[in-house]
Amino acid sequence: MDLLATLRIALRALRVNKLRSMLTMLGIIIGVGAVITMISVGGGAQARVEEQIKALGSNLMIIIPGSVTAGGARIGTGGAQTLTEDDAAAIAREIPEVQVAAPALRGGEQIIAGAANWSVTIQGVTPDYFVAREWNIATGRGFEPQDVARSAKVAIIGQSTANQLFNDGDPIDQQVRIRNVPFTIIGVLESKGQSMGGVDQDDVVMVPITTARNKIFGSPQGRQRRVGQISVKTYEGMDMKEAELKIAELLRQRHRRQPGQEDDFSIRNLTEILQAREESSKVLTLLLAAVASVSLLVGGIGIMNIMLVSVTERTREIGLRMAVGARRQDILKQFLVEAVTLSLLGGLLGILLGLGGSVAIGELAGWRTELQPESVLLSVGFAAAIGMFFGFYPARKASRLLPIEALRYE
Amino acid sequence: MTDAPVTDALIRVSSLAKRYVVGEQLVTALRGVSLEIQSGDFVAVMGPSGSGKSTFMNLVGCLDSPSEGSYFLAGDEVSKMTGDTLASIRNRRIGFVFQQFNLLARTSALDNVELPLLYAGVLPKDRHERARRRLAEVGLADRMDHHPSQLSGGQQQRVAIARALVNDPLLILADEPTGALDSRTSLEVMALLQKLNRDGMTVVLVTHEHDIAAFARRNIHFRDGRVVRDLQIEACDAAQALREFDATAPQENVGENH
Repeated sequence: MDLLATLRIALRALRVNKLRSMLTMLGIIIGVGAVITMISVGGGAQARVEEQIKALGSNLMIIIPGSVTAGGARIGTGGAQTLTEDDAAAIAREIPEVQVAAPALRGGEQIIAGAANWSVTIQGVTPDYFVAREWNIATGRGFEPQDVARSAKVAIIGQSTANQLFNDGDPIDQQVRIRNVPFTIIGVLESKGQSMGGVDQDDVVMVPITTARNKIFGSPQGRQRRVGQISVKTYEGMDMKEAELKIAELLRQRHRRQPGQEDDFSIRNLTEILQAREESSKVLTLLLAAVASVSLLVGGIGIMNIMLVSVTERTREIGLRMAVGARRQDILKQFLVEAVTLSLLGGLLGILLGLGGSVAIGELAGWRTELQPESVLLSVGFAAAIGMFFGFYPARKASRLLPIEALRYE
Repeated sequence: MTDAPVTDALIRVSSLAKRYVVGEQLVTALRGVSLEIQSGDFVAVMGPSGSGKSTFMNLVGCLDSPSEGSYFLAGDEVSKMTGDTLASIRNRRIGFVFQQFNLLARTSALDNVELPLLYAGVLPKDRHERARRRLAEVGLADRMDHHPSQLSGGQQQRVAIARALVNDPLLILADEPTGALDSRTSLEVMALLQKLNRDGMTVVLVTHEHDIAAFARRNIHFRDGRVVRDLQIEACDAAQALREFDATAPQENVGENH
């Protein structure tokens, strides 16, 4: 008997008991819907982390000043200014794994553009900084070495800052003032979105590090060439752990730390942290999917239950089919196709539920959800397999009936 | 019909026996039956319940296998066959008609008649064509799309007969085909079976009613698992009986529904 005819028989049988078929499918519908929704929630979380990794730049380490004990008082991490531009230069020069080591100064200032003013993070950087952070200029130009050498009064601003100060206008060649020093905007950065801590990274003004030291911050730290942090990018494929150890050793030497004395700096391998977070969000996705697939399993048991009832109810029909020439495999196929049809139809409706569910969670909970096409395929395939698995026993039971007993069944 | 001597009988059973285990008891339903049925015959198998006539029918219909003895159908020893081979014999060689019609509910008459062709692997176009022809033959050309619940008992039994005929079997096995029908409809069904028999179809009928058996040309009586009597009789004409029935009870011919 051909599959098409079998399918028609199955559909007719399912139509006869519409309510029962719907209720049986409900288990699969909910199961598939839950799997798709959960995976898209997990996928959303994962995509966020992935974007953060991308925004951060790969192979990136950040060195910040560490806690020091000065005259009995401990100053917290980042509070003391123990790093210098020379440290950065030494790292770039002496550690072979390092591609660039970019020093940066940062501080908050008020920026004024015409009538608009805005409180913003000012970063004093070198051209290397943009290499280390893999941060490109969207419009205009970046810093040149002579901008740094001459303490040029030029600035590159982030997307958010540009929006705050100029709305939709073109910021290039506009004048802004920081601490009454006029700056010309030469470029706008590409958007980076939020940082891991939820800070808007696009709300920033970049100026040459020399300009920042001499014209804006103007503090004693400037004269000592102190920097707030050093961004280190290693070459692709290098062992970052190894590079980290070498940098630590170099800095201890340069800072004359004695053995046993703790570091006066700290190195953060952000890529590693994010990768760990990505791992954990993957595990979370898997866990959610596993919990959701339990309901798929329950749905499968529901199908088996109903198919067993159906086989008993239709014993006489089975007997008749056998009497007019149905072979065992015909009966087996008929009930198997019926079970798989139930679960596949449930799976298709479950996709709709899953789509709706992930949109609803995105809207209501404000979580980012990302529909995974492979999760749709996977859960529908899983649903079909469940129909096959749980439909097999009832179908086999039907096919094993003896024609004479089935015909006589009351 | 069968004036020329037939050397090879359509059905030949010898020493056919069947035993069942019911609970812890061994029940012997058939104790060695030997007989032949020629092609083109019209046989009524009779006997009280428990006589073994139903068991005999099940064996002849290849719905069950004998415990002992042999059964040749058109020269093939089906008593040695099992499972799918028997299914194929039932499909191609035997047409069943049951007391309760056994039509598929919520399925059109046409689809019901097509059922044996479905299992024979006949292509859809041929299936429709052949099923239509058989339904027209039993006088239901205008009822093809009706479901069993929309048909009278007599019409349902005619659909069942069309289904039995559709795969061109060697014989029709009818198990109490009039058992659920009123007198008039019974006569109609018997007239149809007689007509098929006149056209060459072998018919084997199980009944416990003597006036139904009277329409056959041979009556085989069973008792306690054995054949006790096997008679050739002068068959009554069911079409004639139907006309007489209508003449004597004209007011009853309105309701065909029993």
